[in-house]
Amino acid sequence: MKETITLKIKDLFEDIGNQATFVGSFFRNIFRNGFEWNELIRQCYLIGLKSLNIVLITGFVLGFVLTLQSLPTLQQFGAEGYVPNMVSISIFREIGPVITSLICAGKIASGIGAELGSMKVTEQIDAMDVSGANPIQYLVVTRILACTFMVPLLVLFADAVSLLGGYVGTSTAGGMTAALYFSKSFSSLVFSDFFPAFIKSIFFGFTIGFVGCYKGFKANKGTESVGIAANSAVVAASVWIIILDAVAVQLTSIFVYNQ
Amino acid sequence: MENVIEIENLKKSFNGSEVLKGISLTVKKGENLVVLGKSGQGKSVTIQCVVGMIEPDEGSIKVLNKEINELDEQELKDIRGRIGFLFQHAALYDSMTVRENLAFPLKRVLKVKDEAEIEQRSVEALEAVGLADAIDKMPSDLSGGQRKRMGLARTLIVKPEIILYDEPTTGLDTITSKEISRLILSIREKYKASSIIITHDMSCARITADRIVIMNDGKCIAEGTYEQLENSSDTFINSFFKI
Repeated sequence: MKETITLKIKDLFEDIGNQATFVGSFFRNIFRNGFEWNELIRQCYLIGLKSLNIVLITGFVLGFVLTLQSLPTLQQFGAEGYVPNMVSISIFREIGPVITSLICAGKIASGIGAELGSMKVTEQIDAMDVSGANPIQYLVVTRILACTFMVPLLVLFADAVSLLGGYVGTSTAGGMTAALYFSKSFSSLVFSDFFPAFIKSIFFGFTIGFVGCYKGFKANKGTESVGIAANSAVVAASVWIIILDAVAVQLTSIFVYNQ
Repeated sequence: MENVIEIENLKKSFNGSEVLKGISLTVKKGENLVVLGKSGQGKSVTIQCVVGMIEPDEGSIKVLNKEINELDEQELKDIRGRIGFLFQHAALYDSMTVRENLAFPLKRVLKVKDEAEIEQRSVEALEAVGLADAIDKMPSDLSGGQRKRMGLARTLIVKPEIILYDEPTTGLDTITSKEISRLILSIREKYKASSIIITHDMSCARITADRIVIMNDGKCIAEGTYEQLENSSDTFINSFFKI
């Protein structure tokens, strides 16, 4: 029993060390000669544009459902006029970045984990390495940067579509005009609602890319490890997003809202 | 003749199990050295040590007069650019076409920028392995033999001075195996490259070998030409050559 615990603790510290080395080699390789611009653009397309549909649908449904769920409660207090304010603030500050990033963790981190895991198992990464090419620069730097750039953009799209979903929800319940709804939504938003959320979604994007690449590179020989890489990438990225969000909320409360 | 690879007293263990117990061998310029041995004797580990994929526990590996274990990251990359490595399952980049597979090392290792030169060298490498019409295919569209040829073309395109073949005929039918073996021989003639060929396939060994080393229990136990080893009185060595 004691030996098992010791071994697990040793493995944990070894894994932390490996992750630190991996993130170090990512930053070192960003600034090396021969940056893979074409691959970065291709990854931005694959990660950004190919995830847009699912993000838009989720965003729309989020706004719609949030409105329908909160409307009856607010009506009891005669505060249904505040639905647009409530929806826009909660979407922009919290729900938009977190839910969109969790969706991206499911779609993107698993995809990267499975792709790189499969390349590792079939010796493609070894082939790049022994040929004298740089697999970190070609595979890792491009994917992590693409996630870091594209996830915040996807969050912005999801936020916008959520407002539309909120309006559709309000109008279904016989609410207000579009002009009034959007005017109320935007009037309640200030820069401090938008900016910290945007910054944290950059970190969420980095986390999704990093975890996907790390899990893929860590896959050992065998097809089973490809599935494990994909699965553990989603789990680890999701957990990290939630932890980072908790930290970001605390920091925002202290530094932005001075609470 | 000058040695291009010199391995001395190479030792390597994995999880306490000693795989290499003091391997010593040399490869001369322009020579095809075949390494024979049962599975799990450390043949593949030996060539992986040669390209620095695995760090040995002990011993010296000199490749093109450079001590592999003492090279920094950039020097290792440079030396790897002069060595070709054909993986057992070819390790083709399956998200790229044949053309992109071939352009990959040219652009990144040799830093060739001119698209016309890339095209010309790609066609030349494919012609050398008899796959000229496959340039726009995806790796998934190629048969086992074609994948090996394609892997060989990708190895050849950088005109390496040394080629390491990890079981080049595994999983192929007898006729295709012989074709690949003859191709290895013709590549030596054309590119003047030195090679280490890891194989179980005696037909491949007979066609390609200038010299054969037999490994057993993590050590080199015999060395000689195909004919010398075939006529050995040692029963273990002789067992490789009996049908």
